[in-house]
Amino acid sequence: MKVVLQDLTKIFPSRNKNGQEVVAVNKFNFEIPDGKLIGLLGPSGCGKSTTLYMICGLQQPSGGKIFFGDDDVTELSPENRGVGLVFQNYALYPHMTVKQNIMFPLENLKGDDRMTKSQMLERAYHVAKLVQIDDLMDRKPSELSGGQQQRVAIARALVKMPRVLLLDEPLSNLDARLRLQTREEIKRIQKETGITTVFVTHDQEEAMSISDMIVVMKLGVLQQIGKPQDVYDNPTNLFVAKFLGTPPINVLDGEVKGEKLYIGDVAVLDVKGAADQLVHVGIRPEGFIVDDNGAFESNLSNVEVMGRDVSIVSTHPASQNPVIRSIVDADNKIAEGATTVKFSLKPHKVFLFNRDTEERVYFEVK
Amino acid sequence: MVDKSQQWKAWIYLAPAIVLMLIFTVWPIFNTILMAFKEGYNPMYELNPAFDGWTFGLQNFIDLFAHASAFTNALVNTLLLCVLTVPVSTMLALLIAVALNSIKPLQKLLQTIFFLPYVTNSIAIGMVFSVMFNIVGDVGDPSANYGVINQIFGTMINWMNLGSTKVANYAVMVIYIVWNALPFKILVLLGGLQGVNKQYYDAAKVDGTSKTRVFWRITVPLVSPMIVYVLITGFIGGFKEYSSIVGIFGEDMGAAGQQAHENMNTMVGVIYDALPSGQYGKASAAALVLFAIILVVTLINLKISKKTTHY
Ligand SMILES: Nc1ncnc2c1ncn2[C@@H]1O[C@H](COP(=O)(O)OP(=O)(O)OP(=O)(O)O)[C@@H](O)[C@H]1O
Ligand SMILES: [Mg+2]
Repeated sequence: MKVVLQDLTKIFPSRNKNGQEVVAVNKFNFEIPDGKLIGLLGPSGCGKSTTLYMICGLQQPSGGKIFFGDDDVTELSPENRGVGLVFQNYALYPHMTVKQNIMFPLENLKGDDRMTKSQMLERAYHVAKLVQIDDLMDRKPSELSGGQQQRVAIARALVKMPRVLLLDEPLSNLDARLRLQTREEIKRIQKETGITTVFVTHDQEEAMSISDMIVVMKLGVLQQIGKPQDVYDNPTNLFVAKFLGTPPINVLDGEVKGEKLYIGDVAVLDVKGAADQLVHVGIRPEGFIVDDNGAFESNLSNVEVMGRDVSIVSTHPASQNPVIRSIVDADNKIAEGATTVKFSLKPHKVFLFNRDTEERVYFEVK
Repeated sequence: MVDKSQQWKAWIYLAPAIVLMLIFTVWPIFNTILMAFKEGYNPMYELNPAFDGWTFGLQNFIDLFAHASAFTNALVNTLLLCVLTVPVSTMLALLIAVALNSIKPLQKLLQTIFFLPYVTNSIAIGMVFSVMFNIVGDVGDPSANYGVINQIFGTMINWMNLGSTKVANYAVMVIYIVWNALPFKILVLLGGLQGVNKQYYDAAKVDGTSKTRVFWRITVPLVSPMIVYVLITGFIGGFKEYSSIVGIFGEDMGAAGQQAHENMNTMVGVIYDALPSGQYGKASAAALVLFAIILVVTLINLKISKKTTHY
């Protein structure tokens, strides 16, 4: 089921008379292709949950429309939309067993959809198998681990065979290892069922690793949509560039003059096609090449060997971050006792953003 | 663990409390049990040098349950009172609490209004109630003042005056006790409701759960610990009910003209009545019976609640 958001807006009125109203979601336009897993990504408070709640119908939009396929569902109540929702903290009913939790949505079905007890059980066991909790059916949620609870929550959301599955930061309560495991699991379940899925997270690594497409938002405004790799390789503005990638991108002050990029007084890169202006220079950690003839020189502070790679930590007066972190192949040897290190830059790993608008300044990469 | 050599200090610190409890709690309980089995007990006899000790036996209990005794009447009254008022007031309190919890404007004001009876003296409330139900003038005379309640409903029911029926007496009592019990129950249940995570309701909404199903399948189980608490304290309070009966029916514990074995007296009332007339044995026996009933009912309550509240 394709999901289309059209000018979707949510404004929360202010509590007191002269307070500021909150624009949680501002004129969202995007289309989620059928059967894909979308990662909705952004810092805390940027309106991810609000967007999700509007898609599922728990919150009414202040403006705009939502379509499932060709149906306008904007005015429909949640139960008529055919959505499954997994809450940030699961919201499993604590007094019911796993089985009762999973069967609960089925017991609510009315009219033609009404099921017999044995049909419900069969369906419950079917989804339980899918998320691999069929041996835990008689336990209470409090007797499950975080990861198991999460799978129960997914099973409860899936059991109605929803047209759209919505997950609100489902991994935020899990420890690092379980998180890795479960996100693979979600990917697998989504592939197996082929249900269009929206996955909310503020962890960019998580979003990048499992999503078919990511949607980056900031303060209720959509910043960029695309395949994770495309967004990483081609951020449209400074915010997106900073938000994606670990370790984060290095940002320095620079200037474009005569189609050359200057950092400090040194021309470090040819930037054909870019107009003269002050810029932020974003350089991905993997965008550096250790090169004795390189134009970019920084003060070496530390070299961290990480097996396959070496992380070179250095400082530079123009850098906006306290340190510049570059990741190069371990074959690169840095001379013992060196105080500076010289780099040349990979042009496709260098992004320029206008100093004022923070929008991308494109140049020709050969 | 405290050093062995220091433990005597702990005992010294505890001593005042322990001594007071021994004198005013443990000894009276022990003595009550003893007195209940002493036949014809009167503390004055013990002062007589020629006194040769008590006979122990069940005579006090036999007297209590004698045919048409004030005690059996009070026992029936008390049991009926509990069975009639506790479930009704709990259910009403739950409904009111749910309603209060779901409205936003004026919630605090309404909460205060519902809580007012709790901070009002129950004798005073009882007197107000008795005025509302009382008939001033001759019963059956249409020109008499039939009280606020009869006026509102346009009836001429004799609720509690001379010649009133037992059913009418019970009705007054039940209405009064339910009303009086509501605030505390609402307060406890509302506290429970406000502690329930809103996301359970959102989850239920996404699944299209009807309002009644949400109430029975989600709200009630989630506040079941509070419901159990309110039920148990309600039953215990009901068995110890006394002052409200005095409040409504006055010292005679019943409508005018009723005999002791047919009035509205409660078990605690019987115990109080026995004391001034020196019937300590009988009062002690009644206290033991009351204790046994409360114990059994509470145990049953706990047993059932263990089965139904499970998280
Ligand atoms: N009921 C509400 N009333 C007023 N403002 C609200 C309400 N709900 C959310 N907001 C505001 O809307 C904005 C977006 O909130 P939202 O919950 O969507 O953030 P989020 O992206 O999910 O954040 P997080 O990652 O912390 O969960 C926030 O600024 C928040 O304060
Ligand atoms: Mg959120």
